[in-house]
Amino acid sequence: MESAEQIRDRLLAQFPGAEISVVTNPGVAAQHSLLLGAAHARAIAEFLRDDANLKLDQCSNVTGIDWPEKEIIETTKSTVPDPAGGPAKVVELKTKRIQPGCLEVVYHLYSIALRHGPVVLRLRTGNRTDQSTVPSLTPVWRACEFQEREVFDLYGVVFEGHPDLRRILMWDAFKDHPMRRDYVEPDDYEWEPTPHGAVLEKAKAHYPAPSVAAVPAAEGAKP
Amino acid sequence: MSVSDLSSLGSPGGSHVRAVHDEFHGDLLEVSMGPHHPSTHGVFRMIVTLDGETIVKLKPVFGYLHRNHEKLGENTSYLGSMPYTDRLDYLSSMTNNWAYALAVEKLAGQPVPERAEYVRVILAELTRLLNHTCLAGFLMQDCGCSGTPLMYAFREREKILDLFESLSGSRMMCNYQRFGGCRVDPSADWLDGAKKLTDGYGAFLDEFETLLTGNEIIMARTQGVGRLSPALAISAGVTGPMLRATGVNYDLRKVDGYGVYPRFDFRVPLGDHGDVYDRYMIRVLEMRESIKILSQALAGIPAGPIMDPKAKLRGFRPKAGEAYGRIEGPKGEIGFFLISDGSPNPYRYRIRPPSFINLTILEDMCLGQTVADAVIILGSVDIVLGEVDR
Amino acid sequence: MSDQVTASTPPPPAVTDAERDELRRQGILLTSLQELYTWGNSHSVWPLNFGLACCAIEMIAASMARFDIARFGSEVFRPSPRQADLLIVSGTVTKKMAPQVIRLWNQMPEPKYCIAMGACAISGGPFKQGYNVLKGIDRFIPVDIYIPGCPPRPEALLHGLLELQKKIQGFKISGPDAPRHLRADLKCDCPVPEFGEHDLEPPANPEVWTAPTLVRSEKA
Repeated sequence: MESAEQIRDRLLAQFPGAEISVVTNPGVAAQHSLLLGAAHARAIAEFLRDDANLKLDQCSNVTGIDWPEKEIIETTKSTVPDPAGGPAKVVELKTKRIQPGCLEVVYHLYSIALRHGPVVLRLRTGNRTDQSTVPSLTPVWRACEFQEREVFDLYGVVFEGHPDLRRILMWDAFKDHPMRRDYVEPDDYEWEPTPHGAVLEKAKAHYPAPSVAAVPAAEGAKP
Repeated sequence: MSVSDLSSLGSPGGSHVRAVHDEFHGDLLEVSMGPHHPSTHGVFRMIVTLDGETIVKLKPVFGYLHRNHEKLGENTSYLGSMPYTDRLDYLSSMTNNWAYALAVEKLAGQPVPERAEYVRVILAELTRLLNHTCLAGFLMQDCGCSGTPLMYAFREREKILDLFESLSGSRMMCNYQRFGGCRVDPSADWLDGAKKLTDGYGAFLDEFETLLTGNEIIMARTQGVGRLSPALAISAGVTGPMLRATGVNYDLRKVDGYGVYPRFDFRVPLGDHGDVYDRYMIRVLEMRESIKILSQALAGIPAGPIMDPKAKLRGFRPKAGEAYGRIEGPKGEIGFFLISDGSPNPYRYRIRPPSFINLTILEDMCLGQTVADAVIILGSVDIVLGEVDR
Repeated sequence: MSDQVTASTPPPPAVTDAERDELRRQGILLTSLQELYTWGNSHSVWPLNFGLACCAIEMIAASMARFDIARFGSEVFRPSPRQADLLIVSGTVTKKMAPQVIRLWNQMPEPKYCIAMGACAISGGPFKQGYNVLKGIDRFIPVDIYIPGCPPRPEALLHGLLELQKKIQGFKISGPDAPRHLRADLKCDCPVPEFGEHDLEPPANPEVWTAPTLVRSEKA
């Protein structure tokens, strides 16, 4: 099968002016992906489906990903951005940069006819609040129908051109998008013996006490 | 009333009859089947619009078992998600384990020793036997044979579960596979037990098929019901036995050749009508192929370590990157899409649920069928709600 | 309700339990209305044919040939709540499913019992931290028997059933210790919560559930 770069070059020849770039996957799997602009996404998807060399007739998996706004701190001494978020031991001049957040939809395409894949497509929304629209690929692959509804439900990505965009997993009156990183759960905390750090943090808020960790588990059972 | 009187009522040729019929042709009836219904598989709900007994519209409603697997997976370590995968498709925990282990191994570039690959194949095929047997039992229950086939199926299921339990310590939730191998090494006794079971399974299938396959009532009830065309099946992302029942030759064990499957000699059964009966037959034939794979794997299992000695389980932090790994589960392509940002928890943990995506075309299969057929069409899709809603 | 509470002045029994057992050994059956009633009640507990998640598979396994729940008189899984005595909450109750479970409970006629089968039905289990998971069905309906396990083995379900039978046999049919359905002052129905914008409304039924308190040790 052609590599992501080759597919990009062929797509650029076919759709001049389209925004297509290759997103490199630094991991071992090396499944690189194609980031598409919203304008040509559906035409490109149809081309990928019908092209004789690719014949990506199956859209296997549709996923949403939330990328919240991230503050990236760069020190002037070392130009490499600090992955740990910058521990404050360096007294060098630091520059803060806000990487804008977005919601991303990832499509994994396979070809049943030619038995190859995956080709990974990515679509991004403008931001996480008011520009959360991407074109729907359900008209191209029927498999996207429920999965795009799920991404809409859990992430709040609005798919333009989806035939039936409703919530699928949560109830209709539900207002939040729970898979987003900044989702706050309803506060129905209940004490439980657990070593999970996040749960212990919650316990501190609900049962203000000198030390939660000092409580023996056997004595804190349900009454 | 004479013949001339009759003809004065309307034009000849039966239009009078149609006019009378139209008076009865009243409103459409909307029926909510589920979320609790004896013949729905778990807490699944369909809003069915009926014209008489014929389905004119069907909208599935999901989410009654939405247990937030993906959110929990993002808040726990890689290894911590392994027990959760058991509870996705709770009839086939071993294949879920494998799919997840495979995705993580892809993400981290982790090799797997040969013995572990063989054990995985053995367990996956046992799971396929278990799942397909239970499915056939449940499907027959949906058709109206209340009890008997399901009793037979669960009798065999218990035998397989005994094997799983003696190996992993749990009947259903095995939590057995690890990144880079398996948790415990099966003993020679265990392998003997698996061999005995494999050798006896063919006889059970013969018995089962004598009861069901040529049964006239079952044929009348299932043949031509819920047809699916290959083109629609491919476009809708249908995988597994559902896809192969339409005649599309696509089995990931052959296509991807993951694990040690290329070493085994087996065929991919294909249907030609894509109806409920074909889906039942495909599962029976796949079980026969599974028996073939099992006896080859049990005969050829090599000695050696069960875990890669360099594999890291606690404090496991794969490098930043992403990977999509998939295997041929009993219900179809089960895949995991993982994004790592270098931390101990996955940044994104996505499950590609086969039975959820296979339900995309439920309405297309049910349109024009009767309401009783909707039940067996749903049964033939083989859904497990833990996986549909996650 | 507790069956251990005794009235202030218990009337002396006409025949003590020991005397009755002795009479039985001699071939004379002497019984009371209460004993007959609870005996019949406890040995024909018909469960609702109702499965939620993984535990439902083990519930089905318990009704199949190897474990054979029919030995204990509970093989008659009724498809209608109107005919059922026992609600086995077998699996995770999600917030989306909770109103339906409670509605089923309300539709069951008294006397009715509830078994919370598995960690999820008891407390949310492994999925407790999930945003759509109810942290135990006992937040909304009264539970008689809890069966821990994930999932509990079919034997555990049978044990739970036997414990329920024991519990039923301990019921008094009159007086202040009588079970819910024999008393006018206790409500049999539970309010069904509504779907809210962020959570169920209300998130728990205060009549059957209060938030657990943390008992701290005095030392430290």
